[in-house]
Amino acid sequence: MRAFSYERASTIEAAAKAAASTDGAKFIAGGTNLLDLMKLEIETPTHLIDVNRLGVDRIEPTPEGGLRIGALVRNTDLAADERIRRDYAVLARALLAGASGQLRNRATTAGNLLQRTRCPYFYDTSQPCNKRQPGSGCSALSGFSRQLAVVGVSDACIANHPSDMAVAMRALDAIVETVRSDGTTRSVPIADLHRLPGDTPHIEHVLERGELITAVVLPKPLSGKHIYRKVRDRASYAFALVSIAAVVLPDGTGRVAVGGIAPKPWRDEAAERELPNGARAVTAKLLANARPTEQNAFKMALVERTLSAVLAEARG
Amino acid sequence: MQSPGALEISRRDLLVASAATVTVASTASLSHFQTSTAAASQSTKISFTVNGERRELQLDNRTTLLDALREHLHLTGTKKGCDHGQCGACTVLADGRRVNACLTLAVMHEGEDITTIEGLGQPGSLHPMQAAFVEHDGFQCGYCTPGQICSSVAMLEEIKANIPSHVTGDLLAPAEVTPAEIRERMSGNICRCGAYSNIVEAITEIAGRKA
Repeated sequence: MRAFSYERASTIEAAAKAAASTDGAKFIAGGTNLLDLMKLEIETPTHLIDVNRLGVDRIEPTPEGGLRIGALVRNTDLAADERIRRDYAVLARALLAGASGQLRNRATTAGNLLQRTRCPYFYDTSQPCNKRQPGSGCSALSGFSRQLAVVGVSDACIANHPSDMAVAMRALDAIVETVRSDGTTRSVPIADLHRLPGDTPHIEHVLERGELITAVVLPKPLSGKHIYRKVRDRASYAFALVSIAAVVLPDGTGRVAVGGIAPKPWRDEAAERELPNGARAVTAKLLANARPTEQNAFKMALVERTLSAVLAEARG
Repeated sequence: MQSPGALEISRRDLLVASAATVTVASTASLSHFQTSTAAASQSTKISFTVNGERRELQLDNRTTLLDALREHLHLTGTKKGCDHGQCGACTVLADGRRVNACLTLAVMHEGEDITTIEGLGQPGSLHPMQAAFVEHDGFQCGYCTPGQICSSVAMLEEIKANIPSHVTGDLLAPAEVTPAEIRERMSGNICRCGAYSNIVEAITEIAGRKA
């Protein structure tokens, strides 16, 4: 690990300002992903700003009837919250499908959104990777790509986003609240938070330098059956090959977001309108522009079959 | 603490002594590098409670909680397995919650209360979970065991606090202790010897005794 200086931020504004004015600075909250990457010198911050004591660790009701989740709420606490379990079950289920008990105790809401891909070539510093080293090439395209993305990809990168939580938040149309280094705030719909790789796969989200996520807002609860179904190589503690977050109404309409198949939680409102026509119709639209590799083409069928299982469960 | 054997202590001391010689040599070149590249301080003073005892350390910021416990406080019960949060051998309790000590910096735990396997129990006064692992043969080589035990103690508290899991059928019903729940909740602790069924039995016994 490279050496770095360290400070404990006491206010949100000070944290955002310090991050913008210090070269090589990064925020650290749970640290479960950042420290892993620092040990491998894939992340090499020269200054860490510890945001764990900023106090944004509560879940509060909003005037609109939703919930504001503080950026520092740990994954365990979010999944265990009575209101989340009752009114946003798809989110509780997604959180509980991710990582391990130890990791969920540390991992935060904001950090989960900004975690980086687990593409094996991003992690292997002896191989080219456009995300880790822009312009060096993509080893995954002709390499071991079974786990990786089939849609939203580019010639530069086929890495997928590893989060379960974010897939449920995409289905729920969550809003990400931030503070910028000049003190101004903004709200970013989760659909717009992550960027597709294009020819700049190293730029993964729309946040500016020093911009700090302070909360994630859930709109008022959606009625219908909340389901999160994750397909993976082990029964527990593994990243998704395919996962589906769904809220399905009795008339067969609803919302569907898919994880494991794209550089961001994947949702297509036009595909979603096909829900009453069944899994095949939805998947055909959802994956119309997919570009799978030979090794991950199985995900095309797996999305349809997983969605089919979700819809069967929704019908009860 | 009762030393398990004079021979083992002297072997460990020998290793520490030889490692120190290497450290002196490498620090000389490292300090030159550090003074020329970084102005801000790269070490931090930290004060926290470990197994009920107040401890103060001046640590390189890079020091993980795991390395602070093992290398600086010589609490070597906590094991370094993968050092990447995948195996759970380093599991300790931070303010009562189980965490991977390898994936968190010591400086992030200022003022916290850390409990390691040494703090749970000692030879002659074992924690019930330690005794149950012995009773049920919940290990073979023993390397993952301190992490398994710390994790299982905190895991039962999580069930008591009604935190659900991936296999919990009804999110609105109270959390239960079942073999399926134990297996899912302990999936962050890998045992390469494969002592899982005996680990589940040990935990089940303690859960039953508590209920």
